[in-house]
Amino acid sequence: MSLAGSRPGGRGGFLSSRQGLLKVGRVLATLAVTLLGLLLITFLIGRVMPIDPVLAVVGDRASNEVYEATRKAMGLDQPIIVQFFTYIGEVVRGDFGTSLLTSRPVIEDIARVFPATLELATVATLLGVSLGIPAGVMAAVHQGRWPDHVVRLVGLFGYSMPIFWLGLMGLLIFYGKLDWVAGPGRLDIFFEDVVPQVTGVILIDSLLAGDFEVFANALSHIILPASVLGYYSLAYISRMTRSFMLEQLAQEYITTARVKGVSEARVIWGHALGNVMVPLITVIALSYASLLEGSVLTEIVFAWPGIGFYITNALLSADMNAVLGGTVVVGIVFVGLNLLSDILYRVFDPRAR
Amino acid sequence: MSKFSPAWALGMLAAVTLTAPASFADTPKDTLVIAATIDDIVSLDPAEAFEFSGGDLLRNTYDHLVEFNPLDLAAGYQPGLAESWTVSEDGKTFTFKIRDGIKFQSGNPVTAEDAEFSLRRAVLLEKTPSFILTQFGFTKDNIEDTIKATDASTLVITTDKVYAQSFVLNCLTATIGSIVDKKVAMEHEKDGDFGYEWLKTNTAGSGAYALKSWKANESYVLDVNPDYWRATPAMKRVFVRHIAESASQRLLLEKGDIDVARNLTPEDIAAVAANGDLKVDEDLRGRIVYMSLNQKKAPLNDPKVIEAVKWAVDYTGMTETILRGQYRVHQAFLPLTYLGELKDQPYTLDIAKAKALLAEAGHADDVAVKINVRNEPSYMAMAQAIQGSLTEAGITVELTPMTGKQSLGEYRAREHDIYLGAWGPDYPDPHTNADTFAHNPNNADEAKLTGKLAWRNSWDIPEMTKQTEAAVQEADRDKRAEMYRAIQKEHQMTSPFVVMFQKIEQTGLRKDVENLVTGSAISAVYYWTVTK
Repeated sequence: MSLAGSRPGGRGGFLSSRQGLLKVGRVLATLAVTLLGLLLITFLIGRVMPIDPVLAVVGDRASNEVYEATRKAMGLDQPIIVQFFTYIGEVVRGDFGTSLLTSRPVIEDIARVFPATLELATVATLLGVSLGIPAGVMAAVHQGRWPDHVVRLVGLFGYSMPIFWLGLMGLLIFYGKLDWVAGPGRLDIFFEDVVPQVTGVILIDSLLAGDFEVFANALSHIILPASVLGYYSLAYISRMTRSFMLEQLAQEYITTARVKGVSEARVIWGHALGNVMVPLITVIALSYASLLEGSVLTEIVFAWPGIGFYITNALLSADMNAVLGGTVVVGIVFVGLNLLSDILYRVFDPRAR
Repeated sequence: MSKFSPAWALGMLAAVTLTAPASFADTPKDTLVIAATIDDIVSLDPAEAFEFSGGDLLRNTYDHLVEFNPLDLAAGYQPGLAESWTVSEDGKTFTFKIRDGIKFQSGNPVTAEDAEFSLRRAVLLEKTPSFILTQFGFTKDNIEDTIKATDASTLVITTDKVYAQSFVLNCLTATIGSIVDKKVAMEHEKDGDFGYEWLKTNTAGSGAYALKSWKANESYVLDVNPDYWRATPAMKRVFVRHIAESASQRLLLEKGDIDVARNLTPEDIAAVAANGDLKVDEDLRGRIVYMSLNQKKAPLNDPKVIEAVKWAVDYTGMTETILRGQYRVHQAFLPLTYLGELKDQPYTLDIAKAKALLAEAGHADDVAVKINVRNEPSYMAMAQAIQGSLTEAGITVELTPMTGKQSLGEYRAREHDIYLGAWGPDYPDPHTNADTFAHNPNNADEAKLTGKLAWRNSWDIPEMTKQTEAAVQEADRDKRAEMYRAIQKEHQMTSPFVVMFQKIEQTGLRKDVENLVTGSAISAVYYWTVTK
């Protein structure tokens, strides 16, 4: 799925006209078709995987009688097509089934793990954007000189370092040695369940509850994993910003602006960066989307109970209800970000309105 | 320059990072915090739970009719919720006297009716561990008569045949023997499930702790049961957090954010041992690592080829290097500390002998096998070492790494060549492993005795099957032990199983943590004994 997506023409305010409503209908239809396709493919992959989902439930020791009874109870004795439509029928009614691994409704599991990933990915992307764009701009403005080399080197490092290693080193230095941040996990264990879950995003829930101690603790836990992930997206964003900016800075309108006496800062941060924002939105959305799928290795190192670990674990154990539920969420995230980048295009690019 | 400069952003990041408070230095004196991998828990219903971490949790939340004393595990089973018991003259009827005045965490009294309910539902629900009870002849149709509370404090159990008393009582110490609060379970019953759906994620026992919360793959929290009958636990609250990565566990332990780290690699164990604030506990567990040769596949069914493989494994080499501190060499199917344990280690690495045996068998250079192995670091390391030494002996080996579930599917379908894996006992009685390694009453494919390793490897052993059946019925403890030793000696010589190692569990602890019992080969972890 392309995040650059369709860029429909038409004039007038977004969503204020009939075209806007049509657009909403089209998005919903895209969402439905995308999700159905995703579910079908995931379902089929799940069925051809050489892993036996019954064994995931009954374990190694089960007798054949227990095995067969469980297989039947799971509906696996039915033809695949029947299994698929039974599943879709349940999903339409809002029932994603129960996870084999957690014995809980998948929807409850996802409501628990996705906010953890959302929180981490959002903070990471904020860090990546707030550092990556200025770094990319600096590199482009000082092309070929030391700021450019530094930014490129830092970017290269972020690109090539295994995130697992980076995470462990970060923990060792900033948690183990310097004591600047808290260790693995979303909160110190003593703070767990202290604030009521509203959104599942602890930074928000703690503020809603007015509990700043929990907020501070959550912040000290998230800062390191978010920095590690943010560094990764920083490397990507700064590199793309640099190349977009180089392209813009070579344009005639920039020369014109300089000749007219517009200040250099305004030329760079106003004129050039303003035009770079449109393609950058796609870059940022892509980077954000990939983080929202969950970063398994980071989640393992930082004991961060996110959706990446959840889906991976489910996949390895043939817990297909959980895998399919997770796939739907990732699908919705992609379609949602696609829509968001469309909207932002209209904000930043008058031609797209 | 704009206010959104890199310097500004870096400054903000540093400010946020530096002002964020770090975690607490030490855990409170009455609280135990543990890092462990607990993503194997799939159900908390004692009738179903069969995984290590689930066993740990339930061992602390439920009581059993007979139990071990964690501070003296070697003493064997002791009175638990049953303060005494008698066995009828014919050896088939066990009458348990339930201890008076004990309450469940709900406040309900523990009665014989609860015990009857718990054991009956375990049979009726037919979950995987149900065989631990049904092997005594309990069925859906007869449990009304065979498991019966005759009054509030008397439970009578009648087996179909005479079994060694120790066998029956040992099985009742297993997780499936947990006594569930009938009233609470039935309050949550749905469609005649005896509270199964609810108990999958909740507990209703009389153990030292009550479950406060369980977040799958994340953590569980236990609160002390203030009315616990055995003792007043020093730890009022126990937090167990899922930390998969050994290095993360070690860091948390070094910082004092946790008291116990249960899954450390040999490198991290070495670092913990060298740290003055920490210590390492070792405990011999019940898990046995073995290789088995499918007797359906020629020439793996040639006794000389089997023996050659046994001489072509570097047992001590592996325990001194890749498995350092985590396993010890052990070559019999009963774990050490079990009744009837056998310490003999007849095999060592002897390539020349292996080569000679292969030549005698007429397979000097033409044996090519696949070894199915779980794609996990320690198993892969073993598999590679074995591949090396077998190759030296002239056997061509291809390793097939698989996920755990994947390799089991092929193994249970009897399609493997050689399987490299582990087996942990299900209950603390020698029959648990004898039944799987040395018992195969019907070797036909249609018999589908998938729970038995002898069947999975198509090893047809009518004689040994009889010996195993006789051993489980032998009333005399010493004679019974001798019978198991004899079976294992023969097993070592003739079976297609290359038993190699027994697991040692190494736990990293803060220096002040005392009496954390991890359960040895026969039980699970106990938190109520811990002091700090």
